[in-house]
Amino acid sequence: MNAQEIYNRVSEKFKEAILEYNDSVLQPYFKISPNAFYDVCQFLRDEDDLDFDYLMSLSGVDYGDLLGTVYHLYSMKHQHKIVLKVEVSREKPEIPSIADLWRTADWHEREVYDLFGILFLNHPDLRRLLLPEDWVGYPLRKDYEMPESYNGIPIIHPNMKKDTNEQN
Amino acid sequence: MAWFDLKNEGNIFFAKLNDLFNWSRQGSPWALGFGLACCAIEMMATGASHFDLDRFGMFFRNSPRQADVMIVAGTVTIKMAPMLRRLYEQMAEPKYVISMGSCSNFGGPYWKYGYHVLKGVDQIVPVDVYVPGCPPRPEALIDGIIKLKEKITNQK
Repeated sequence: MNAQEIYNRVSEKFKEAILEYNDSVLQPYFKISPNAFYDVCQFLRDEDDLDFDYLMSLSGVDYGDLLGTVYHLYSMKHQHKIVLKVEVSREKPEIPSIADLWRTADWHEREVYDLFGILFLNHPDLRRLLLPEDWVGYPLRKDYEMPESYNGIPIIHPNMKKDTNEQN
Repeated sequence: MAWFDLKNEGNIFFAKLNDLFNWSRQGSPWALGFGLACCAIEMMATGASHFDLDRFGMFFRNSPRQADVMIVAGTVTIKMAPMLRRLYEQMAEPKYVISMGSCSNFGGPYWKYGYHVLKGVDQIVPVDVYVPGCPPRPEALIDGIIKLKEKITNQK
């Protein structure tokens, strides 16, 4: 199936949930509302003619005013792929977890939580993955301020200027 | 070093105790291999047969109690820093540190935006020899080791 056919197939059932469809880019994508996201994923995985059995990639994005995640799905059987995007507000960054649909998503979601602070609802074990557990803040957010020290360990060198987060 | 064989017979040597200690210390600086990133690959290559660290009396120990030199090879993250400091404190005196590569020298490419990287291992442990490079070739590390040997030989 190509992207248009996948879109037609999904939009039969989830007309309201698909906020945007774009196939003018290299990898066609759907933008899906967070509320229906889990159901769409389950549909994409379980239908025989879609059969997306492989989550290739799960990324977090900071769009500036919004936060989001991007999912790259692939079907080993049919050899077709699709990209899903979900966007949430900075005030309430909550997205349903798909860790029980694709086990790959478990640690990927932990990493996105670690670096972007997006909360994955119903995740089995949502802890920081890479940073220390008592780290403050989410470093890959655009408005992140680099701390001067962590538990007494200096992060900014004394010889370094303070303008670390400025572009120059 | 002032030590010599009296009349070239009897195998009696005179030396200052300090020089004798320094000579024996520089002869076998056992290393605590602290491989943290890609520098560790070069450090392993230095230890392997082609460059052969054993000819300097040096080989890697996995316990800090049995090591004299800590070769910090690679990026020291903030998360790793407390463990590095603890392993340094567990080493027996006298102890030396070689900082290998740009990352452990001053933070390397993470100097400006690396929120997660220590800006030089000398912020938490005293460093004797810095080996520049990204990563340094085995020859450079061997040069650093020879520099450290000179330093040990001449210490008071």
